Amino acid sequence: MKACRILAGFLAGCLFGAGLVVSHMIDPLKVLGFLDIAGDWDPSLAFVMAGAIPAAAIGVALGHRARHPLYAPAFAQPPRQPVNARLLTGAALFGAGWGLAGYCPGPALAALGNGAPGTAIFVAAMLAGMAAFRWMPAR
Amino acid sequence: MTNFTPISAAIGGILIGLSTAWLWLTLGRVAGISGILGGITRTAAGWRLAFLAGLIGTPVVFALAGGTVAWRAPDTSWPILIAAGLLVGFGTRLGSGCTSGHGVCGLARLSPRSIAATLTFMLTAALVVFMIRHGIGH
Repeated sequence: MKACRILAGFLAGCLFGAGLVVSHMIDPLKVLGFLDIAGDWDPSLAFVMAGAIPAAAIGVALGHRARHPLYAPAFAQPPRQPVNARLLTGAALFGAGWGLAGYCPGPALAALGNGAPGTAIFVAAMLAGMAAFRWMPAR
Repeated sequence: MTNFTPISAAIGGILIGLSTAWLWLTLGRVAGISGILGGITRTAAGWRLAFLAGLIGTPVVFALAGGTVAWRAPDTSWPILIAAGLLVGFGTRLGSGCTSGHGVCGLARLSPRSIAATLTFMLTAALVVFMIRHGIGH
């Protein structure tokens, strides 16, 4: 069971990494090309989403028919909460960082193998930002 | 400046969506990279570490096999990269997700929170890019 869980996680990571390579979303300048609506706009990222969301939705729909996942006792449903200030503030801060560098967490990690200092510095700062959130006293 | 590549984008997107579907159906987990990364210090985090190994290792294997991997470094100064990384790390934890967890999995689940988060980070990011590329000084 434990080996199956680890293997399932590994395979998901491989598929995700392959998707980022094939779609070229591993390139921060390509992502910025999508976000630059007023410039020489590259709509590719919208086509990534248009491929990914229906494929993911099929998985969600299949999950509704299953009592539990293949290798876990239950589906980890995200907690049902309203749209609140914390969610929107976090999303806005993330968006600002994404627009500054062209990296969101997946592509930044997937690009670590390029050996470029810029990518490593971004990932290190991202981990520091996550750690800072954990250490924040009141939330 | 990059070229519009709809076919490879859609195929890559389908792979990302399949990854999300697979993780949901096998482990019952949302494939959110920020959530997976934020959870690696928990107990029983084996599948998270394995996911990250696959995510980081697959592009390396592509490159070693002679494939083209467009993983150039960001065209951004180091102080800006550090600020950007801090914002992405802190913001994704505060907002409970990023492009994958909210943008792909959340939208596939039609979660109102994820729809609101995705609109917010897309608009904010586009606004920041506009200010950098077309704002003051341009």
